Amino acid sequence: MTNPSNALPEGASSFARIQAGMAKRRAAERRFKMLGRLAVSVGLLFLSVLLISIVSKGYTAFWQTQMRIDVVLAAEDIDPEGTRNAETLRKADYSSLIKQSMRDMFPEVSGRRDKFALYGLVSNGAAFDLRDKVMADPSLIGTKVSLWVPADDDVDMLMKGHIDRDAAEGDRRIKDNTLGWIDQLKAEDRLELRFNIDFFTKGDSRDPELAGIRGALMGTIFTLIVTLSLSFPLGVAAAVYLEEFAPKNRWTDLIEVNINNLAAVPSIVFGLLGLAVFINVFGLPRSAPLLGGLVLTLMTLPTIIIASRAALKSVPPSIRDAALGIGASPMQATLFHVIPLALPGMLTGTIIGMAQALGETAPLLMIGMVAFIADVPQGVFDPSTALPVQIYLWADSPERAYVERTSAAIMVLLGFLALMNLVAVLLRKRFERRW
Amino acid sequence: MTQTPILLVLLLALTSAAYYFGCKRAFRVADGKIRKLHSLPGYYGLYVALWAALPALLILCAWLLFQGSIITRMVVSSLPDAIQQLGPDRLNLVVNDIRNLVSGNIVSGQPDATMLAAADYYRSLLSVSRNLLFVVVIVVAGLSGWFGYSKIRMQHRARNGVESIINWLLVACSMVAILTTVGIVLSVLFESIRFFQAVPITEFLFGLEWSPQIALRADQAGSSGAFGAVPLFAGTLLITFIAMTVAVPIGLMSALYLAEYASARVRAVAKPLLEVLAGIPTVVYGFFAALTVAPFIRESGSFLGLDVASESALAAGLVMGMMIIPFVSSLSDDVINAVPQSLREGAYGMGATSSETIRRVIFPAALPGIVGAILLAVSRAIGETMIVVMAAGLASNLTANPLEAVTTVTVQIVTLLVGDQEFDSPKTLAAFALGLVLFLVTLALNFLALYIVRKYREQYD
Repeated sequence: MTNPSNALPEGASSFARIQAGMAKRRAAERRFKMLGRLAVSVGLLFLSVLLISIVSKGYTAFWQTQMRIDVVLAAEDIDPEGTRNAETLRKADYSSLIKQSMRDMFPEVSGRRDKFALYGLVSNGAAFDLRDKVMADPSLIGTKVSLWVPADDDVDMLMKGHIDRDAAEGDRRIKDNTLGWIDQLKAEDRLELRFNIDFFTKGDSRDPELAGIRGALMGTIFTLIVTLSLSFPLGVAAAVYLEEFAPKNRWTDLIEVNINNLAAVPSIVFGLLGLAVFINVFGLPRSAPLLGGLVLTLMTLPTIIIASRAALKSVPPSIRDAALGIGASPMQATLFHVIPLALPGMLTGTIIGMAQALGETAPLLMIGMVAFIADVPQGVFDPSTALPVQIYLWADSPERAYVERTSAAIMVLLGFLALMNLVAVLLRKRFERRW
Repeated sequence: MTQTPILLVLLLALTSAAYYFGCKRAFRVADGKIRKLHSLPGYYGLYVALWAALPALLILCAWLLFQGSIITRMVVSSLPDAIQQLGPDRLNLVVNDIRNLVSGNIVSGQPDATMLAAADYYRSLLSVSRNLLFVVVIVVAGLSGWFGYSKIRMQHRARNGVESIINWLLVACSMVAILTTVGIVLSVLFESIRFFQAVPITEFLFGLEWSPQIALRADQAGSSGAFGAVPLFAGTLLITFIAMTVAVPIGLMSALYLAEYASARVRAVAKPLLEVLAGIPTVVYGFFAALTVAPFIRESGSFLGLDVASESALAAGLVMGMMIIPFVSSLSDDVINAVPQSLREGAYGMGATSSETIRRVIFPAALPGIVGAILLAVSRAIGETMIVVMAAGLASNLTANPLEAVTTVTVQIVTLLVGDQEFDSPKTLAAFALGLVLFLVTLALNFLALYIVRKYREQYD
């Protein structure tokens, strides 16, 4: 509706004037539409770049380089007195056995530094694997066993092509002689990429090749159990009260405004609350999933209350009227007729709230769930971390091998989130009702 | 702690028993004429069960919450005066040592006789408290259950009783939201007041230097302990500004396109996909910003001959903008869809093209809602933590150059509070003062957004 009429002679028909401006207006229309398309595609581009970068960095972490070593389990090294006592077996020096087997494979290596590099090809965890094997079956003592153990993270990175072989020796984490040994091991079929079970069954570790997400995953599960068992009843009860029973007065207005505001409070502030109130005043154990669950409960409560209220609102008044009409009390009408109909909506809201809690990191940092914890937690009082916090910790670690592990942990986290959202969508589809 | 579950199971069993006996007594009282009872028999059972369970549960929760601090206080008062005279931080260390001794963990240094005695005392108090809790809970459950039981008569209004108890429970649950707000305000306020006793509030709000390391020795270099928060506010605003320059145009244009142009099929695919961006955890964005975007920006910067910091504000802001896109777009989408169809049809009838209708009719009509959405997105960006913790630096530069490293309020809160803290140093307390500022600013933004939406909303019906 720019004014193109100036260009036309006085007295031209209005149709001609409109015609003259049409080309420009159509161009503007096309430009605007293009801009809109562009904005949507930039948004989608961001999403795909993000996902592709995570997946391309992380998919290799599901495989781990394993090395086959032949270890002579000489009785005099492990159990000189022949008692087969569990304590003796536990305390035997398995790492020197593994070093011996490495020396046997490469008899030509001499010198302290070279030997040290040679021992470094095998992960520190190999000795524990060997110990577990011997303790499970003491009859192996005295024989020569061949077993697959995890290789060091540098070897792993080389096998996966993350270390450039052609770089100058000084710029490489793996030196030329080590490279030679690795090539020889590969030629003897002693190095192999195998499915990385440890990643799913072990806790955190300072050695990337031994680090797994089990500990963090259990911590997250315990935290979410606490969150769910508190926030669902609390949220539904609060929503039922506000929607069905609360009188309209200043007090309930205040509660409503409060809930809406809490939904927009930055999550880190809930962490400050947890630190100052739950830890310093009530003395709850720091780093425990119980504490994390409490903090996340307060954080997800507004989401659940708002979703549950919407679900209650969508139940038509005729249901209530019918129940009241045949003599039910208001409480009976709500408990036995309205809530069952609103339940799918409430569950959907709760799942979305749980997904939010699953991805939340900042408040957990405040309450000490960031400690390095190698053990898998056994209950809600054990110190633990959570999956997103584990991602944060690994992302901060300097070793190259943690990058792929971080990405893999992110893939697991996103997988759980996708699953929860899928359940929410299916639930909505299955139980959605139009009144 | 292991006996709490046992206690809970026991309580559950008692409650079920109370239900059973309540029902049974209702039948007996009715003497076969159930229709003469005021309420259905189940309500009598529920009435007794609620009486048995609730007081005991209340006592159990309060006991568990306060047990730790009361025992600690008793142990501390039993310690020799010499130890009690120590400052609060040293005393805290001693208490920690005692707790570690009790739970059989490693302690710092060799425990001496007083410590061992204190640990023994602690342990004995703990076991006394546990046994006492057991007895008290069971006795209270039994007594209050009996009270409920004894009230059952033919004309006793059990349903009304149960319903009013449930009603009070519902009220209590809805109070949790208020309590949370009160808890947040009190916790940040108290610590902030302590902080402002050490550091004047004007220095905190207007000081230009931020270096929260406190000197341990008087002659230590470089640790002056300056608490001027202006560089943090400036850094937060810079990153928020970058994020909004990414998110507002993209979010708004995609909302307009999806609402006005896109076919139903495109909309059904693109809208949920864009909303996936909001569902991705922020720690993932932080990782992406630190490991993919920041190196990319640094390399393209050096390609153009620019000197880019490895933790540039640009990288953090850009990725934060990505995260915020769906907030802007879905909130604006709601507002745009709320503009009545008649306005569009009127504009088309006057011969306007679609883009003219959008720009001159729909956009002005939806503007208050869009401004509200943008303000909510700003509040989200200011409070965002993980992206900036992982991708923005710790260096408190007072700069407007997006290629340099800046730090933000949330980064400093995390840095000051992660790890071991002493609760009387201004360094730790500063985090709570920053938290107070953060809380107030986001609160103000939310109120402002709601106010604008309410005040300037056009009423079409």
